[in-house]
Amino acid sequence: MKIGVLVKNVPDTETKIRLTADKQGIETQGVKYVMNTYDEFAVEEALKIRERLQDGTTVTAITLGPERVVETLRTALAMGADEAIHVDDPAFEGGDSLTNARIIARVVEPMGLDLILGGKQGIDYDAAQTCSALAEALGTAQALIAVELKWSEDNQSLEVRRRIEGGDEIVHVKLPAVISCEKGLNEPRYASLPGIMKAKKKEIKKVDLTGVGLDSAEVGASGSATRVVGYSPLSERPECRILEGEPVEIVKELVRALREDAKVL
Amino acid sequence: MAIDVTKRGGSFLIAETDPNSVFTPEDFTEEQKMFAKTAEDFLHNEVLANLAKTEAQEAGVMVGILKKAGELGLLMIDVPEKYGGLELDKATSMLVSEIVSKGGAFASTFGAHTGIGTLPIVFFGTDEQKQKYLPKLATGEIVGCYALTEAGSGSDALAAKARADLSKDGKHYVLNGEKTFITNGGFADLFIVFAKINGEEFSCFIVEKDFEGVSAGAEEKKMGIKGSSTVQLILDNVKVPVENLLGEKGKGHRIAFNILNVGRFKLGVGCIGGAKLAFDDAVKYANERHQFGVPISSFGMMKNKIANMASGIYVVESMSYRTAGLLDEILSPIDKNAPDASKQTMKGIEEYVTECSIMKVKGSEMLDYVVDEVVQMYGGYGYIAEYPAERHYRDSRIARIYEGTNEINRMLIPGMLIRKAMKGDLPLLEAAKKLQGELLEMPTLDESEPEGLLVEENKLILNVKKIALLTTGVAVQKYMTKLEEQQGVLGDIADIIMEAYGMESARLRTLKLAAAKGEEEAKTAVDMTRLYIYDTVGKVDLWAREVLAACAEGDELRTMLVALRRLTRYTPIDTLHMRLDVADYFIAKEKYEV
Ligand SMILES: Cc1cc2nc3c(=O)[nH]c(=O)nc-3n(C[C@H](O)[C@H](O)[C@H](O)COP(=O)(O)OP(=O)(O)OC[C@H]3O[C@@H](n4cnc5c(N)ncnc54)[C@H](O)[C@@H]3O)c2cc1C
Repeated sequence: MKIGVLVKNVPDTETKIRLTADKQGIETQGVKYVMNTYDEFAVEEALKIRERLQDGTTVTAITLGPERVVETLRTALAMGADEAIHVDDPAFEGGDSLTNARIIARVVEPMGLDLILGGKQGIDYDAAQTCSALAEALGTAQALIAVELKWSEDNQSLEVRRRIEGGDEIVHVKLPAVISCEKGLNEPRYASLPGIMKAKKKEIKKVDLTGVGLDSAEVGASGSATRVVGYSPLSERPECRILEGEPVEIVKELVRALREDAKVL
Repeated sequence: MAIDVTKRGGSFLIAETDPNSVFTPEDFTEEQKMFAKTAEDFLHNEVLANLAKTEAQEAGVMVGILKKAGELGLLMIDVPEKYGGLELDKATSMLVSEIVSKGGAFASTFGAHTGIGTLPIVFFGTDEQKQKYLPKLATGEIVGCYALTEAGSGSDALAAKARADLSKDGKHYVLNGEKTFITNGGFADLFIVFAKINGEEFSCFIVEKDFEGVSAGAEEKKMGIKGSSTVQLILDNVKVPVENLLGEKGKGHRIAFNILNVGRFKLGVGCIGGAKLAFDDAVKYANERHQFGVPISSFGMMKNKIANMASGIYVVESMSYRTAGLLDEILSPIDKNAPDASKQTMKGIEEYVTECSIMKVKGSEMLDYVVDEVVQMYGGYGYIAEYPAERHYRDSRIARIYEGTNEINRMLIPGMLIRKAMKGDLPLLEAAKKLQGELLEMPTLDESEPEGLLVEENKLILNVKKIALLTTGVAVQKYMTKLEEQQGVLGDIADIIMEAYGMESARLRTLKLAAAKGEEEAKTAVDMTRLYIYDTVGKVDLWAREVLAACAEGDELRTMLVALRRLTRYTPIDTLHMRLDVADYFIAKEKYEV
């Protein structure tokens, strides 16, 4: 089986996100990046399939983004992926999920992948669109938010347990397919120290605009139907007020404050 | 070959260093950062997540965590490739130690296995011994430990009573005795044991758990690092095959001391990890905890603590990774396949034993300072076991005691340097003599005010180095070979030497950082460096006066004090407001990150 895994390089969950002065973007200075949490489940699942099949199955990690994202490919390689592809071109900058999925589709099409795994969403922008857009662009089946994969005997189809509101839905999916992964699917392994050292020696393939065979007008900001017009932080929690005095007075004041200041009554 | 002074341990006292030549925590490669990430994930998911269980000494949990570390390759960093290890650079080794040491008791467990439990075989084992034990130690399949201390012999380790007698057929040594405070002893498979052949020749043996007559006592009830195993090892007529003699007969002291010397740098960096975790906890807490209607982190006295803790960590971190760089520089040319590669490696590390001792002492004392202030910042909650400050406070305390108490290390620091000087390996005494001449001359008044980043501070650093030379020179002249008996003098000199290394390392790192990122971005680093230097010069002055007064009197002393005064004179800067700036930086970040 040929498996592709989509991985994304995102700010560490501990990062304190700050907006740039013009509120048009997020301050990247000093931000520590890591592999998107949900993508770790995708990589782990791919490796588990390869280990189970023992038939020369290959796992290729794919990412799109600027030079810094290579470190996430290295992480995937260190966890055990066989190959890695870095899709990068200045023209890709500013693309939305749909546009980026189209680019990735161009990259993976000639590879003849049987299965593509990805995270259920990027924990940075929370769009949760790339996997479905990619399946759409490739014309394959898709199953999102997977918490369990059960394979048929011939490994040509599988049952995907999807986490939905209040329960699970089980869908039967025929390969080729794109599956997005949810927490609970597995326990992602660590990149071991020997794994990291081996990863250093593996080559990372680069694909640029010419490589994907698209026109610069079809990619990046110019190729996107949506455009981010700004960001705004959540409003800060207003200061806490503690009322003091006799209970009767406090209750009176509380009712007044709720009615007049907070306007919730 | 002519001696290149700058490539010698201790040379920081007599040579100037180019900031570009030092290794700093800002220099880690992508790969090293990946190693760190694995260590970090392991720490959070395995070590800290199981803290309640390990602290309660739930059977099997701590050893299970150690085995997991083995699966990830965290135990094979210092083991030669030839024997199943990774043999990575020392900077990586230190970085990983620093991170996993945030786990309190796990730090000891990890250190006892990878350091004192494994390194004796790495450095002193025969090829057969290495083949047999190292691959399994490297993966954690077997757990190692080190049994030197006895009830009657701690610091005076060579006074051990455990004995080994050759069997009649000459095939075994029969070991008898009791070893105390053996870390990992409760679950170890392999013990590096020191005993005297015929009660005389101090020697080292590899003892397996399953050898008949080996047993472990009950777990000690400890103040801290409760999750680690600390037991007595009882050897009752244990038959140890002669092949398991480690190193040469009667040369066990070489193993005992060298292993502690070469292992010490890890304990030093481990302290940095512990301090960072406690610091991060405290700053977060200070932001959350409100009194008088505002977060306690907004109070000047709290900020004062935050700034002092941060600059303390910064200095130890700077000196530690500078030492890592020195070690890697001296070790990297060694052909790893050479038959005597491990011997050369040990010799390389030995070159920097003084620096390693400094890291251990400064690291452990910085850590204790930090955890003490962390408890204070938590107020009453700092005293309550449900909050993390209490554990930090207890766990840290052991670092000043084991792997050579800080007192023993304080004696080693000037002692080793003086020995080096006597052997002609380091022109320390020449420099001291030259300096004495200089100081007695009338000073050429240097009224120019050179400007530039940390230039004024560099003058102070150079002066502290001069004071180190002056006090050492005067003490050697006065007491000659009897200097060893003057522990007060040695202790003060050790403190001066350590501060010289710390201050200079911080300055070098900061200059490198400022050159890379710009002075604006490096502001906090600059402030921390300055704070530390200005806070310390006064202490150096006091120590130096004590030493001089203990070595001279009358006119001689007066002349020396005049010279000293010239070296410690400085115009104060506004450190109090500088601390507020430093604190604000970390209060915004809520963690130690430069
Ligand atoms: C939790 C724990 C784990 C340990 N793990 C191990 C282990 O794995 N393997 C092992 O072999 N040992 C281990 N030890 C033992 C440890 O290394 C010793 O406790 C330490 O070396 C000090 O020895 P001591 O306790 O006998 O103290 P002593 O040597 O009696 O020292 C008492 C005090 O006297 C001072 N002192 C002693 N001699 C001098 C001197 N010449 N000049 C000035 N001051 C002096 C000391 O600095 C100290 O302050 C462990 C100890 C503990 C508590």
